Amino acid sequence: MKVSYAHMGTSVMAVNALARTLDYEIVPPTPPTESTLTLGVRHSPEFACIPFKIVLGTYIESLERGARLLVSGGGRGPCRAGYYGEMHRRILLDLGYEHEMLFFWPPLRSPLDFYRKLRTFKGAASWPRVYRALRLTWEKLMALDDLEIRSHRVRPLERCPGDTTRAFRRALGLVDAAETVEETKKARSGGLELLDSVPVYTGDPDDLVKIGVIGEIYVQLEPFANFRLEERLGELGAWVQRSIFLTNFARTDILQRGDQGVAKTAAPYLPENVGGHGQSSVGEIIQYAERGFDGVIQLAPFACIPEIVAKSIVPRLSREYNIPVMTLFIDEQTGEGGIQTRLEAFVDLLRARRRGRKDVDDAALSGS
Amino acid sequence: MMPLYLGVDVGSVSTNVVAIDGKGEVVDARYLRTQGRPIEAIQQGMREIRTATSDGEIGGVGATGSGRTLAAAIVGADIVKNEITAHAVAALYEEPQVRTVLEIGGQDSKLIILQDGVVVDFAMNTVCAAGTGSFLDHQSTRLGVAIEQFGDFALQSTSPVRIAGRCAVFAESDMIHKQQMGYGLPDIVAGLCEALVRNYLNNVGKGKDLQGPVLFQGGVAANAGIHRAFERALELPVTVPEHHGVMGALGAARLVRDEALRGSFSGSAFRGFQIAGHTYRTRSFECDACSNACEIADISHDGEVVARWGGRCDRWQYRERERTAVSD
Repeated sequence: MKVSYAHMGTSVMAVNALARTLDYEIVPPTPPTESTLTLGVRHSPEFACIPFKIVLGTYIESLERGARLLVSGGGRGPCRAGYYGEMHRRILLDLGYEHEMLFFWPPLRSPLDFYRKLRTFKGAASWPRVYRALRLTWEKLMALDDLEIRSHRVRPLERCPGDTTRAFRRALGLVDAAETVEETKKARSGGLELLDSVPVYTGDPDDLVKIGVIGEIYVQLEPFANFRLEERLGELGAWVQRSIFLTNFARTDILQRGDQGVAKTAAPYLPENVGGHGQSSVGEIIQYAERGFDGVIQLAPFACIPEIVAKSIVPRLSREYNIPVMTLFIDEQTGEGGIQTRLEAFVDLLRARRRGRKDVDDAALSGS
Repeated sequence: MMPLYLGVDVGSVSTNVVAIDGKGEVVDARYLRTQGRPIEAIQQGMREIRTATSDGEIGGVGATGSGRTLAAAIVGADIVKNEITAHAVAALYEEPQVRTVLEIGGQDSKLIILQDGVVVDFAMNTVCAAGTGSFLDHQSTRLGVAIEQFGDFALQSTSPVRIAGRCAVFAESDMIHKQQMGYGLPDIVAGLCEALVRNYLNNVGKGKDLQGPVLFQGGVAANAGIHRAFERALELPVTVPEHHGVMGALGAARLVRDEALRGSFSGSAFRGFQIAGHTYRTRSFECDACSNACEIADISHDGEVVARWGGRCDRWQYRERERTAVSD
């Protein structure tokens, strides 16, 4: 049975490797495009969030290419994403796509259910083989995250706009082609070298404007959903750090019950898990502020309740921790131009704050 | 003769061109309608501003507005700046102590909060055009009141009617309802102004602490009715700068002047006033190299590509600009 899954940024390469090692014939999901979104929007309830719509569009594209088994997973806590597997399944059946949906809950929520699904998924493969497959997947995820983190550091200093993105794509190609743990390790270091050989301006990275990105996982990880936010910010000369990387997310949110540190930090402002990444967003703003970041961008699907709850606390956090926070709500109506203008203005704002009022004063006074 | 500096602001509704001298004083300012043809509007603006500059040397060009990249490619700009920063810079020249900038343009509205001469917060309206110039335009046409007199009309009102201003569509039906009930036109127009201000403060100004001095910029600032409604709602004096309609262009011009005086670039990228007479060929096509199906726009003059964009990869990139300096 041909298998497919959602496309969430670079992680798809690791998932492809997992399914392949388990002897699945895969229909690798293609990166979402405008037509994916159009498909998803057409068949989704209007008030479903943008991740739901893009993922639905991706499923349809994969089913059209022959996929029959869809594998997905969903949230803990009161976020609608927990129902999305079932919703997607029914919509796709209504559309006439015969398929099966394997929807994983976090293992601790219902260990037995998780085990049963895992058994179904592993098929005839032996457990040692499953272990080897997971080992390779994990290695790939780490390599992908390391490359991405490095690209965020290199991009703001690149001499020629686009060089880092080109090198990053080549580096991803290396990781994708690797078939064993050893090869993945080699691909990782080869990829890092590619990124390190991008011609850059010398300068102290500490002088760069540092921006933390927080918010819902899908819009953080899928560049199509966030208008390639990290590339844009990097090209504006900002050093970006994202709060969610799959390798740390796997450790804190899938295997444990969320990041206790962040939850504790958020507790004075939001003592409850409001679902999704709402509580994390609150805690992460504080953590970024304490680590000396210049500003934070909150990414949220339009109508995402957990992020709306977090946003309502943002003005207070922003004041008390003296850190600017800009929220970008994303849906199918969001325009690229508006995002770019806001990002440029936000980077200008952070830079001006960093310099103090000196420059603007110079500008204002020399005119009079 | 001292060189002049140009600022070009290409917005959805208006295209503005400003020339300032080395001291930052306005030599000439032009406010034109974009009318969906930004390139022609830019050319017209160049033609008009040329007379005022008496063919003096141009020391630098700054571009801003939603069409800033296009303007930069056509005119040849030394600085391309987002409209929020441009408006803030212009406001600071006007009033160095400014804390709040209200800006309402043709199709969007902004709010900029400053402290000690630095932008500390801003907001833009998102998907709603209620309260922007286009909506006022539409209403003035519908009521047969010239847009220039719309505001004064509102000032004649003694008791403004309450209009639902949440959404342009509802506002219009509510206005029609009030009009059919027999309320006077000035009271309805004044009510509309108050509704739009309420809507702006609720949407764009949500959760922000607005303090004086307050500047009101953008094309809509010419509307005395909206101006008065802002003063009432904020309970603060609101100043409308002399060049309120072209503040974005003014900010861009002042930014480029500052950079030029600071020596950040040598020799302006300005392509010269002759661009006003050029014939540009624009075409667009869908790239079929991958499933992204990017829509590529291509602008050329005399067979030479002036600008090409819309792609997500390098396939259609025609030249690369080297970054002049590390941004910090």
